[in-house]
Amino acid sequence: MAVTDNQPTYAPKAQSAARAPGLTKRDWSLMILVVALVALAPILLNPFPTDSSLAQFNAGYPDLMQRFVIFGIFAVGFNILFGLTGYLSFGHAAFLGAGSFAGVWMFKLLGMNVLFAIVASVAVAGVFALIVGYVSLRRSGIYFSILTLAFAQMSFALAYSVLTPITGGETGLQLSKSDPRIFGEQVAADGNLPVTTLFGLDMRDSLIVDAGAWEFVFNAGYYVCAVALIIAFYVSIRIFRSPFGMMLRAVKSNQQRLNYTGLNPKPYMLATFVISGMYAGLAGGLMVSMDPLAGAERMQWTASGEVVLMTILGGAGTLIGPVLGAGLIKYFENIFSKINKGVLETWFSVFPDGLSDVLVTIVYPFVGKGWHLTLGIMFMLVVIFLPGGLVQGVQKAATVFRRDRNAPPVEGPAAERRAQAEDK
Amino acid sequence: MGLLEVKDVGKRFGGLQALSDVNLSVAEGTVHAIIGPNGAGKSTLLNCLVGKLIPDSGSVSFDGQSVLGRKPHEINQMGISRVFQTPEIFGDLTVLENMMIPCFAARDGAFELNAWGSMMGDREVVEKAEAELEEMRMADKRHMHAAAMSRGDKRRLEIGMCLAQRPKLLLLDEPTAGMARADTNNTIDLLKEIQENRGITIAIIEHDMHVVFSLAQRITVLAQGTPLVEDTPENIKGHPKVREAYLGESSGH
Amino acid sequence: MDAIILQILNGLDKGSAYALIALGLTLIFGTLGVVNFAHGALFMIGAFVAVTLNKVLALGFVDENAEATSVGGFSFGGAQETLYVEHWFGEAAGGWISDWSVPLAILFAIPIMIAVGFVMERGLIKHFYKRPHADQILVTFGLAIVLQEIIKYFYGANPIPTAAPDALRGAFDLGALIGFDPGTIIYPYWRLVYFFFAAVIITGVFAFLQFTTFGMVVRAGMADRETVGLLGIDIDKRFTLMFGLAAAVAGLAGVMYVPIAPPNYHMGMDFLVLSFVVVVVGGMGSLPGAVLAGFLLGILESFASMREVIDLVPGINQVIIYLVAVVILLTRPRGLMGRKGVMED
Repeated sequence: MAVTDNQPTYAPKAQSAARAPGLTKRDWSLMILVVALVALAPILLNPFPTDSSLAQFNAGYPDLMQRFVIFGIFAVGFNILFGLTGYLSFGHAAFLGAGSFAGVWMFKLLGMNVLFAIVASVAVAGVFALIVGYVSLRRSGIYFSILTLAFAQMSFALAYSVLTPITGGETGLQLSKSDPRIFGEQVAADGNLPVTTLFGLDMRDSLIVDAGAWEFVFNAGYYVCAVALIIAFYVSIRIFRSPFGMMLRAVKSNQQRLNYTGLNPKPYMLATFVISGMYAGLAGGLMVSMDPLAGAERMQWTASGEVVLMTILGGAGTLIGPVLGAGLIKYFENIFSKINKGVLETWFSVFPDGLSDVLVTIVYPFVGKGWHLTLGIMFMLVVIFLPGGLVQGVQKAATVFRRDRNAPPVEGPAAERRAQAEDK
Repeated sequence: MGLLEVKDVGKRFGGLQALSDVNLSVAEGTVHAIIGPNGAGKSTLLNCLVGKLIPDSGSVSFDGQSVLGRKPHEINQMGISRVFQTPEIFGDLTVLENMMIPCFAARDGAFELNAWGSMMGDREVVEKAEAELEEMRMADKRHMHAAAMSRGDKRRLEIGMCLAQRPKLLLLDEPTAGMARADTNNTIDLLKEIQENRGITIAIIEHDMHVVFSLAQRITVLAQGTPLVEDTPENIKGHPKVREAYLGESSGH
Repeated sequence: MDAIILQILNGLDKGSAYALIALGLTLIFGTLGVVNFAHGALFMIGAFVAVTLNKVLALGFVDENAEATSVGGFSFGGAQETLYVEHWFGEAAGGWISDWSVPLAILFAIPIMIAVGFVMERGLIKHFYKRPHADQILVTFGLAIVLQEIIKYFYGANPIPTAAPDALRGAFDLGALIGFDPGTIIYPYWRLVYFFFAAVIITGVFAFLQFTTFGMVVRAGMADRETVGLLGIDIDKRFTLMFGLAAAVAGLAGVMYVPIAPPNYHMGMDFLVLSFVVVVVGGMGSLPGAVLAGFLLGILESFASMREVIDLVPGINQVIIYLVAVVILLTRPRGLMGRKGVMED
């Protein structure tokens, strides 16, 4: 199913004159697919009966699903910047971190409604991105990457040391019973810290449905994040299809021509940077809405690197790619880190003793704590062979599959880039 | 008073006087060629006109207004469009999208934060772009990837994109450099046609004499950063100084 | 005055490491046009060569021939371990070898690092010359992750302390030697060694580029690759060798850094980010710029960590390098000594 193109499909001329669609038919089907996947995730991600040995591969529990969705939002936002304009920011985690801190402060000062946190985190990240972007966008290419990296590292270093009163420093920023919380209670009725809610709906509330051998958990917090992702994704499609989005692709393609067509790339870039920073802020706000705790390490450049990995792995410049990339990385991170030597030995016990030992020895470095090794290798393979990410891979496979039906050639970002490189 | 007036322009790079006392007047509705040997300062002059470089001295005015100190996109909006030596188009975009960008810029200006509307749903821009492509006889290629086209087609698209802005002055920087004979002739025909149909003012920097003499009504010869002579093509051909400074060298072409 | 000299000295060892890593980075960028995010990993590999040698030399066996001595019914020494190196070279020479394991690791590091550099360039980087810089950054970033995870797998996540030779351990009163009051400038021997080592390497690289035909061709290639290619010189082969050289420089910087800070698997990444900043401040593709900026930033960082400065501007020691980078990038796009036209955008 090739629902993942990065080019709008054009209606024939006569039709395009007749109607003015916001989204194309394909965009709508993609949108519906995402809504369905996200809404049914608690079921879809729990395919194995609770008692079966395969249950460890289930991913349908709230904590993990929240992470899928939150990092999906982060990656979708990063993709608006990198995928459309080609500007590689290595400092996006700083906005996520700033959003997290803003969110926790809302819980401390105003109250436990997640709406406070979400609004504040988006706003704070937006302002922060405006400042960083205004300076960083004075350069492009690798210098832009290094400037964003420098800002992120500065934020991290300061958050860790001097800004401890605001950020909690090494321990992180936590709630305390003495926080003012003007619009809420300082201490919950049970004497504990109050929990995050959406107008009274406890984010930790879950509806647990037993369906035969299966157990599905529908968590309130997850669905709040899911709604945020759906909105964020919809906005991202609109941006991709808008005149603004086309200008961004033009920025990536040829800034010189854009300049000599009477368009000023600077405000376009700055607006994109801020939008993308606000997405990161939203992700940060949701993170603390699920677990009201924020630490400076969220701003570190390795965290920025992670969102780069997600976006590229899924497919930069495609709509669905970043969401897939975020989901895959978080899923495998979770699965892989659970696998230890014992698990491997059980798996390979079907083989003869000697062989099973060899297999365990070979596979062991790549699982458990070795997950980052696998991730690094996967990432390299994608950059080398599939610069358009997994989405491009799916498209390629689909093209091969449909070859005799006059399928159009793959036109992923990588193919374009290569064609352009040959041109220069 | 010409459409483009260059007065006493000088530009120095370190120890090199790239331009000195350049005076140039491009009359409205004419094709004006600027020729000269390599290193004569043609490209420097061009860059001073479009805002990429700022001259050290002198003035450049277009349509009665000074262009000095303005950014390239602002100068473009005054009505100067530039065609580059190697076609500068949006390689990642389709031909139609390429054409839509100048149409969009001509209508909405330098920056318009329209992140919600639909580009393809903007009937006005799409129809205008389709019409422009029709005019350039490229409508059949509109869904093609711009980077995948031949060099000649890229050049055609670039010129079309510039014309779509309805510029008052079209600047061409060696538009046939590196082209095969057939492509060169096609480009000459295209430019002739544009000139005849639209009466647009064209300033062209060119090395190839064949192109210059087929198109230009006035020619300025630049040598060592300063204009040697300005005249009609007929007179330039026979001018002894020009033969010496320029044609003598390139007679081997 | 003595405080100032002390800060300058304190900045020298970090500055030396920055300079050495940045030198290789900028060399690779200048010759191959590749932005190598895995360069920090080379520094780390070098450090772990030293760790490995140290561990290998500490290997021993239980001497079966040694007579178990029995004193008052208690048996001693039956399981006495002898180091292989002492067994082979005799106790005195063997002891010396294991004491001097870090400097000796240089001998092993040179061929290993050159080989690693070759494999990296031929196997991976070569295919990315024509790809956009963003792709180069991404693939080398991936490689850096892979390399650091491999090291983590074999050596664990904790720093591994490895000592300098006994003779060079400890500190001495440098202040007294150069005419200050005794006790004002106390400086560890090894840091001085590191600085001189770095100076020798840097001089060596410059001399190599300046005085050999090979170096001349490479410099010409850095200035104008196409023209050199037209002369019929196979510049690519030389550039591959340059990659090996850059890898060796980074590796040696790592070897000798081991006694200053115990190496861990993420030291490469930590140094990489700073070294990139150094390269950019010095000017992309400029060798003297990289060295100058390396020492300058090292010393600046050391000054920023002075109590008086921190009291004045809290947190400045954490951000000074980045702050300088931002200012330089915005005001002098070419860096301190960058050439015109080299990666200005």
